[in-house]
Amino acid sequence: MKRKIPVVPCSGIGKSLGAAAREAAYVLAEDLRPDKTNIVALSLLVLGDEDARREVAGGAAIAIDGCKLECAAKGLACSGAAKVHKVAVFDVVRRHRGLKPEGVCDLNEDGLRLARATADEAAKIVDDIDAEVGHA
Amino acid sequence: MPNLPRKKVGLISCSGEELAEGTVTRRAVRKVLESLRPEDTVTLCLPLFLAGGEGERAFARHYPTIAVDGCEKRCAALATEKYSAKPAAAIVVSGIGKETGCTVIGTARRLNESGIRLAEAVARRIVEETDRLLKKPRAKSSSEEIG
Repeated sequence: MKRKIPVVPCSGIGKSLGAAAREAAYVLAEDLRPDKTNIVALSLLVLGDEDARREVAGGAAIAIDGCKLECAAKGLACSGAAKVHKVAVFDVVRRHRGLKPEGVCDLNEDGLRLARATADEAAKIVDDIDAEVGHA
Repeated sequence: MPNLPRKKVGLISCSGEELAEGTVTRRAVRKVLESLRPEDTVTLCLPLFLAGGEGERAFARHYPTIAVDGCEKRCAALATEKYSAKPAAAIVVSGIGKETGCTVIGTARRLNESGIRLAEAVARRIVEETDRLLKKPRAKSSSEEIG
């Protein structure tokens, strides 16, 4: 069976962009590319959980981060991912200037749109990884 | 009289993205921070411990923290202890779910009504622990506060 690409969103709880990162991961893994991606909890990687590390080790992975601290990308790098593809919500929001995301537990409509835009960018990365592996 | 910094409690949720209980931890912590004990609490971002957030590590070394975990893996409690200091209190959502009968709680993406109720029960538990750590008088009954 082909390995699913691990997707790790940031767990940011203080800002809407962190919440959008989390929602984007769900949009990607549940709606857009359910057969090709799998969410891995960042908290498990932080703790060093063996099962979670095994899922990400040695292959390509996608980090979806809300802020410039890039906790998800760092967590993946520290957990042995061979290649970390970064999707930054703080960059995506710059490309969609009209959006004003608000809320953490319950994102407003703009927050959900931002999550969808972020997930769309991540889906392209999934397709690129897939094509690369397919041609390898 | 010197202007001493107010003592606050740091709340650390596991936020586990794979489990609905992880979403419950987030909702409960935000509830406490935004409406139940906004003056007494701050949230600490768990992954920042790993990413080198010195502010988070320093806070947890010098102030009491409450780890709120979704499952028995207890990532928030163990990672806080590993990178900073042992939490002053630890709460596990799955345990409270069994106590309250809220066991079918929706998905990590969308909690159902039972999941929302569970988050409120967890928020009440966080308030109790916060008040205990700050030596505040016992909180009103939980239903009064949650409204």
